[in-house]
Amino acid sequence: MDTVINIPGGGKWSGVISRGKTIKFTATEDGANLSLLLYSAADTAERYNMPDTLKAQHTSHLTKGNVLMSDNGRVLASIIDDSLGWHDTISGYISRRLVDERYGKTTYQEFRNDWHRSGEENFAVELFRNGMTVRDLVPVVNLFSKVYCTEDGNMHYALKHAKKGDFIVLRTEMDVLLITSNTPNPLNPSTNYPAVPVKLEVTAATPISEDDCCLNYCPENRRAFENTWNYSALTIGGMQ
Amino acid sequence: MAVLYRVESERKQENAFISETIPAGDGWTYTLEPGQVLRIVDLEGNQAADTLFYDAENPIDHYSAVNTITNQGNVYLTTGSVLLSESGKELVKIVADTCGNHDTLGGACSAQSNTVRYAHETLPMHNCRDTFMLQLSNNDPRFTKRDLAPNINFFMNVPVTPDGGLTFADGVSAPGYYVEMEAAARVLVLISNCPQLNNPCNAYNPTPIKVLVWDK
Repeated sequence: MDTVINIPGGGKWSGVISRGKTIKFTATEDGANLSLLLYSAADTAERYNMPDTLKAQHTSHLTKGNVLMSDNGRVLASIIDDSLGWHDTISGYISRRLVDERYGKTTYQEFRNDWHRSGEENFAVELFRNGMTVRDLVPVVNLFSKVYCTEDGNMHYALKHAKKGDFIVLRTEMDVLLITSNTPNPLNPSTNYPAVPVKLEVTAATPISEDDCCLNYCPENRRAFENTWNYSALTIGGMQ
Repeated sequence: MAVLYRVESERKQENAFISETIPAGDGWTYTLEPGQVLRIVDLEGNQAADTLFYDAENPIDHYSAVNTITNQGNVYLTTGSVLLSESGKELVKIVADTCGNHDTLGGACSAQSNTVRYAHETLPMHNCRDTFMLQLSNNDPRFTKRDLAPNINFFMNVPVTPDGGLTFADGVSAPGYYVEMEAAARVLVLISNCPQLNNPCNAYNPTPIKVLVWDK
């Protein structure tokens, strides 16, 4: 059965998604940014690891063919389709301090549910909901954002990167806890709080084939898949 | 390649109250008081000093690589860089740096990441994450693996290209180069002197580093 989840601008969502699903994220307007974290549902001490993901794949950005690796050398999810070619993982989530500085201080008392949410607080709440705390915060993936570096190392946010209808599809390779915050990229210079709803569609994945684009992206990815499959073999099945 | 911005320190080695050599494969933890200055010296060149910081008053608040680079708008660390925690607290500030470029995107090696990057057979090899875990387990029983956020690799050169590439390049460090940082708060320093034998970044030859600490 397919599941559709709509995350409004400023919104958040978390939940466990089992191995072998696809998650299609679609931007419903121009200028989306969805910050996300992934943890192993079986042991949340195992989580998405930005450095291990980037160095294994010799990249500083994420697109089709890349996988999101855990700190235990396994594949949490792979990127099996992408209309954009570049998603960010080096700029982090937006803090409460930065939201207030850039967009003006808002309170729930005054603005009700139109107040400006921060990634920091959204993640704090959803981590807590799942038995964790801010201690478990690590670098996030910012879907739909492009942050590139010039030779001098300066970081640049690409304006007008994601358009309405842009999408990225993840395939879960382990049972994962997905935590998302639909809050602005911290490097987005806009002075109006960007709030683009993002649609998630979760459905069953087709079995991974030998010519899979993520498995064959680089030898490092194949070894990470082998680590994942060997781990699954230890924890699935056995005497009934 | 980043422009290397080399700044020397006026501090004299003989005035440091701590002066210790850390062989490759070993770790070191120390709590700096506000104002104290830590220098890490790359004794033989092209070594990687994998380093993490924690707010000693609130150890669940770890160094944040992405907060730090996003706040300064640049992915490389050097003199003037303020290293921030996950909560945004200032932990230390780099006050001198004769190397001129340090990585904070490459993270630490681990047994598992070695199997991915090099070969399954590398699993038993010594690695930075094991050193981090041993150091933290001996430091405070409240620490767990959850506290191992992405770290800094002092002296390591990991160029990020405009087209989105990332490589581990030959080092820009050389024998005797150092980086010096002043504590902005009470800060727990955790160092693993990298034992990596599979990567040309240290010419396949991990070597000792030296740490010195001065009172303010």
